[in-house]
Amino acid sequence: MSRKNVEIFRTTTWSAGPGCHGGCGVLAYVEDGRLVKIEGDPEHPWNQGRLCSRALAITQYVYHPNRLTHPLKRVGGRGEGKWEEISWDEAFNLIEIRMKKIRQDHGPESFIFAMGTGRDIGPWICMLAYAYGSPNVMFSLSGIACYSPRISAVDTVQGDYCVIDAGQWLADRYESPKYKTPECIVVWGYNIPASCPDNIFGHWIIDLMKRGAKIIAIDPRLSWFASRATKWLRLRPGTDGALAMGFLNVIINEGLCDEGFVEKWTNAHHLIRSDTGKLLRQNDLVDGGSQSNFVVWDTENEKPAIWDSDEVAYKSPNVKPALKGNFEVDLKDGTRAQARTVWDLFCEEVNKYPLGRVAEITLVPEKDIRDAAILYAKGKPASIHWGVPIDMTPAVTPTAQAIACLWCLTGNLDVPGGNVISRYAFDAVAYALPGTKGVIKLKSKEVDKKRIGADRYGPLNKFIWRAQTDLVLEQIFSGDPYPIKGMWIQACNPIGGIGMDPKRWVEAIKKLEFVVAVDLFHTPTTQLADIVLPAATFLEKDGVRSWWVPLQTINKLITVGECKPDVEINFELAKRFDPDFKWETIHDLFDAILKPSGMTFRQLQEKGGWAMPTEGHPSTPYHRFERGLLRKDGKPGFQTLSGKIELYSSLREEWGLEPLPHYEEPPFTPISQPELAKEYPLILSTGRRSPVYFHSEHRNIPWLRQIHPHPLIEIHPKTARSSGITNGEWVWVENWLGRCRFKAKVTPLVPEWMVMVEHGWWFPESEGAEPTLFDVWKSNVNQLIPMGHQGKDGLGAPIKHMLCKVYKVSAEGCQS
Amino acid sequence: MSERTKYGLLIDYEYCTGCFTCQIACAQEYRRPKEIVGIHVIEMVQILPNGKPYLSFIPFPTENCSLCPSRTRKGLEPACVKHCMAKCIKHGPIEDLAKEMTKKARLALWAPR
Repeated sequence: MSRKNVEIFRTTTWSAGPGCHGGCGVLAYVEDGRLVKIEGDPEHPWNQGRLCSRALAITQYVYHPNRLTHPLKRVGGRGEGKWEEISWDEAFNLIEIRMKKIRQDHGPESFIFAMGTGRDIGPWICMLAYAYGSPNVMFSLSGIACYSPRISAVDTVQGDYCVIDAGQWLADRYESPKYKTPECIVVWGYNIPASCPDNIFGHWIIDLMKRGAKIIAIDPRLSWFASRATKWLRLRPGTDGALAMGFLNVIINEGLCDEGFVEKWTNAHHLIRSDTGKLLRQNDLVDGGSQSNFVVWDTENEKPAIWDSDEVAYKSPNVKPALKGNFEVDLKDGTRAQARTVWDLFCEEVNKYPLGRVAEITLVPEKDIRDAAILYAKGKPASIHWGVPIDMTPAVTPTAQAIACLWCLTGNLDVPGGNVISRYAFDAVAYALPGTKGVIKLKSKEVDKKRIGADRYGPLNKFIWRAQTDLVLEQIFSGDPYPIKGMWIQACNPIGGIGMDPKRWVEAIKKLEFVVAVDLFHTPTTQLADIVLPAATFLEKDGVRSWWVPLQTINKLITVGECKPDVEINFELAKRFDPDFKWETIHDLFDAILKPSGMTFRQLQEKGGWAMPTEGHPSTPYHRFERGLLRKDGKPGFQTLSGKIELYSSLREEWGLEPLPHYEEPPFTPISQPELAKEYPLILSTGRRSPVYFHSEHRNIPWLRQIHPHPLIEIHPKTARSSGITNGEWVWVENWLGRCRFKAKVTPLVPEWMVMVEHGWWFPESEGAEPTLFDVWKSNVNQLIPMGHQGKDGLGAPIKHMLCKVYKVSAEGCQS
Repeated sequence: MSERTKYGLLIDYEYCTGCFTCQIACAQEYRRPKEIVGIHVIEMVQILPNGKPYLSFIPFPTENCSLCPSRTRKGLEPACVKHCMAKCIKHGPIEDLAKEMTKKARLALWAPR
């Protein structure tokens, strides 16, 4: 490309455009105000010059003829697809009047603010909801089952989240002398190169494989990783918890634990009362004792000693706590109680999972489990990186606890090349995210009491500041305990993407008095709105990003039609809703978010658009728990109640849930539903990513659709043969909730007992108005997945392991 | 024209993950209509003697591949090589690339038209 007026600008990808969780540095080529090309920025440490197909197709996205470029007002009935273009002034005025009326008549909590996956929407939708006065920001997936449950579970164990260390906190990455390549990486339920989820650049793992890292792949599908793994464990979907317990069994019983770590940093010594089954606390022993202090058995003095959680130390000197044993302690009321150590109970739980039993549950051969556990445990360092299947089961928390115990017990936490604690760069946090709070806050705790699900689920009061999605859907119909009257839906497609039981969502949205959708294109969901606002791609906005590193700016380079960035749309309305709204301009807001870094938005831009926190900052690795960099008081230890890694969770105990990691059979499997399985014999798994799509997006981008034109079901050759299904033909996938159509890809990538069905399919080339809604009912697999089966703690949902049958589409269905 | 015969692409298909970056990088560089592809990623599932399936991808430079002369003249890599997420495509003189093939398995050397 040799053009004269082309200028090249740096910016950061985040959200609309490639759609993903972003972070890539790019060079945008702009000619006379028009984007002509994009390339990866070779000087950016994140992607090091590389870029994915979705980002490289950006010109077709930005200038797509069907992009929404003006605010729209519905002029027909809901779903009739009749719209009138209006000005931004009219749109803002109309929204202000309608939303203020609902607030006045029913209270601010009666308005739901719905978002999709965690992108550059979260802070701004919270800003708008909180300015309006509603605590009900909803991540629209059943069981909030993407990422936050894993973060919440890991925070429960260790007080901070962690991710694979691919040197992303170091500007010179793998070349840094501080960095060590992992000897072994467990890729757990993840096809990372196809999706870059959870703020990880998927191909980092390939970089590490080239540097010698061995792979253990845990996946029912033969992923690319599984093909190249030293060990591939093909487990039955949803049995990850049992497999993790099996790993723990091998590690504990074959002497592979990092004993020094267990002794020094975990609550293994804390005593559990045998009579109540609960942690023995200082206030059990003495009047006025603290509820948050715990008790150990001091073998030196043959009596109990108190662990002072605030001081992260024993109250008496030279305590030698017992790791194992049964002890009798005197209680404050003069009675005596038997008590055992956490370690004994933990091991007892782990011993319920001998490999024979684990093999039976998971379908993975015993030998493979043992070999893999040993390979992982002996890798120094070794790391585990996991995907959304961990969240997409109702027992996500005990599963994630078990996996977190793996990296803790093998001494792989916050070490180079292990699982490294992930803090937001410079501790610059925009809004209430799992385990943290930022500058965008609700006005009072009082307002938060009305958040749907907060009264029912412990993690929603400790780590996750969202409304519980399944309960929201229920409440729209019941009006109990208060009516829901409106919904603001931003970068979110519950009908065509994120919503389980999507027909129920259509009914729900239609019940509401006022619905606003903000998006870049019409989707099945925008069809049900009263007002549709045109949002901007990442190239058309200013923004900041601190998830996790580096700290980055997103720089506005072009404009398209009348499209506005989400942040600007929400900022304008937030000012109208809240007379005390703090900020004058979006740059004031960005400066407030960036304040902990000591830089303003402009200064960070001038630095080149990104910065790494320096050594010694709490957001920079390694060994922070030893150096006193994790806790606010500067003491070594963790941000948990006890200050230790909680193998036995004091929080879960408080919430009335099982405090130890364990396995629970999911609700709809051949084991839990043998009768249903007679009619629906195949395991229905969903969610396998396509590298050219992000969830329900991009089907309208010609270059990308050309690569992946049809919705696919992967089916094993033997299973296909037994149903007379041939490669490339349309088949029905059906269960007791519904049926839809996919093109058969007959392949040994999937086991005989499972089909993998793609999610997120709707057809932008079809009619938008009801009843077709862009043909969303044709191939939306979520019709076969229920709402309302969240886990006991409100988190997780059965999305990866339903049941189904598959058969050829009859002649009448073959048209498309 | 002689330059074209001397240069080629060395593709390490052990590491190609099938991300389609090369295909779209090429489409963007030449603003190709969707039907015309400069480099095409192919998926292969083989069954190994032990019965285990094995998944591979390989980018196939098509008749439309010209090795990006307008880029290489400026000292830039061809668009596909520059963006490859797995860094598994290398551009260079064929003789040099052929030598590299003696050091590692699972490589393919392409001399496009």
